[in-house]
Amino acid sequence: MGWLSRTAETFVPARLPLRDVVRVAAMGLRARRLRAALSALGIAVGIASMVAVLTLSEASKADLIAQLDRLGTNLLSVEPGQSLLGEPIPLPPSAPAMVRRIAPAESVTALVLVSATVRRSDRIPAGRTAGISVQATELSLLRTLEGRLRDGVFLNPATARYPAAVLGAVAAARLGLSRLIPGTEIWLGGQPFAVVGILEPLPLTPSIDRSALIGRPIAAKLFAASASPTQIFVRTSPDRVLEVGDVLAATANPQNPTAVEVGRPSDVIAARAAAKGAFTSLFLGLGAVALLVGALGIANVMVVSVLERRSEIGLRRALGATRAQIRVQFLAESLLLAFAGGLVGSLAGVVASAGYSLARDWAVVVSAKLVVAGALLAVVSGALAGLYPAARAARLSPTEALRSV
Amino acid sequence: MTDAVLRLAGVEKHYPGSGRVLADVDLTVREGELVAVVGASGSGKTTLLSIMGTLERPSSGSVLVRGHRAEALSDRGLSALRARHIGFVFQQFFLLDASTVTENVMTGLLYAGVPFAERKRRAEQALLEVGLGHRLGHHPADLSGGERQRVAIARALVGRPSVLLADEPTGNLDSRSGDGIVGLLRELHSQEATVVVVTHNEAIARSCPRRVELRDGLVVSDC
Repeated sequence: MGWLSRTAETFVPARLPLRDVVRVAAMGLRARRLRAALSALGIAVGIASMVAVLTLSEASKADLIAQLDRLGTNLLSVEPGQSLLGEPIPLPPSAPAMVRRIAPAESVTALVLVSATVRRSDRIPAGRTAGISVQATELSLLRTLEGRLRDGVFLNPATARYPAAVLGAVAAARLGLSRLIPGTEIWLGGQPFAVVGILEPLPLTPSIDRSALIGRPIAAKLFAASASPTQIFVRTSPDRVLEVGDVLAATANPQNPTAVEVGRPSDVIAARAAAKGAFTSLFLGLGAVALLVGALGIANVMVVSVLERRSEIGLRRALGATRAQIRVQFLAESLLLAFAGGLVGSLAGVVASAGYSLARDWAVVVSAKLVVAGALLAVVSGALAGLYPAARAARLSPTEALRSV
Repeated sequence: MTDAVLRLAGVEKHYPGSGRVLADVDLTVREGELVAVVGASGSGKTTLLSIMGTLERPSSGSVLVRGHRAEALSDRGLSALRARHIGFVFQQFFLLDASTVTENVMTGLLYAGVPFAERKRRAEQALLEVGLGHRLGHHPADLSGGERQRVAIARALVGRPSVLLADEPTGNLDSRSGDGIVGLLRELHSQEATVVVVTHNEAIARSCPRRVELRDGLVVSDC
């Protein structure tokens, strides 16, 4: 008989082109628009938060690094160290002069901490000193720290010999002096001092921000300030910072170089930039949890979808779909959902972080790599979320699926 | 002798727990035949149709579709065989509600590897043939029951299968629409299509040239 001869012929299912896979998946999602949109939203929230956190952390780090570039990393500080027993070993009075002899040291300023308190006026109780310290400074301070005045003038050779003070930004704020009114006085060390200037904030040297600065001569005269400096700032040429740093201790105190603390204030900002990473991980973790919840949402929607669409699965099997094609269809649906969510989330994350950066005056950072990574991460979560429902759909026998109606 | 499109030899089917559903069924459907399979509810009609359509494998016996031995094929192979040789029409229509009438019919060619444009062209042609040329862009919800079943028939026929298997095609329709569907099946038969209709409706069975009756899983008459 003729039909017996055909048994050897093999049947290979036709391959479903990618375009058709996407078409069928989109058709499946179109049938349940609201549910699809809501489950994609879950992924979008997760990806948006992760992209925003990473972008913002980049932006704030970039801001700190820009700040670092602006302020320079060529400022060094010298402070008295301690003996083995913990007693302070003062710097010799000659230290500033010695340090000035280091050739790459472009500008040097010595400060002496004065034991005096500051109050807004003598009517303020003596205990309320607002944590402002008094420091006797040399006139080169502004040049060395590259500081600027917000208001008024800095000390000059004349005012350095009279009861005149320049306030750091924080000190001025604590004393309630947002701007300088001529004739303003403060109560410093039990007598009135004229405020001649207010400094802009100095991010590298916050201790100056919290100080009232007075001239060395008046400090020596009124408060018998010590001649040995409590802090020396050295501005070096930018390419020779390390060399200068290496010799500073021995130069400042040749007799006892180990009892000198040499620091680089910019290291604090660099450390802060590095510390951003710690918070980033925390928020990234929260983003990952949101993403996980989103993926579970997709898995849930897909499982329900498989249950509801048993007859469709049966029909497709009857029309010639293989188990693999059914699996691919459901997997493609969850991938499509996740991809849409990931794309929307990535863009939302970028927009949100750009908005925040603008509000904080940071440079707007947009990382195409991050957007792509966000969408890819979403696709991976979609794939994981879709695996089980897709396998379930493929396992259904056609007659069982068709009978379920 | 005309070629056998479907041939069942010694087919038995048992389900665990519910015993024997089909017993020793021998049945040959030849090219261009219109066969009605009748029987009371639970007589095994639908199981027979599922086995004929390779949706289900028999517990024993052999099924040949256009000479291809179904038991020799893997699940994938059977899928490909269905895509090429078998068209199904169900009582519940099983149309995709979110898709248009044309898209529904195009699904009938999706797994046969027909390109999109060709699928569309052939789907529209098939819809014209079943008298739904004016409904191409509509959704199933816009159609009457009879029209929906016509869409399902167009979907089954669009791939030019060797045999069309219809399971109670008028079961969900009023008598007028049902008559229309029977008329359509007869018209297809007159155009040389091979059709097997499972029904419990004696009037439909009587209108078919061949009538196979099942009782408790046994073929009790074939004339």
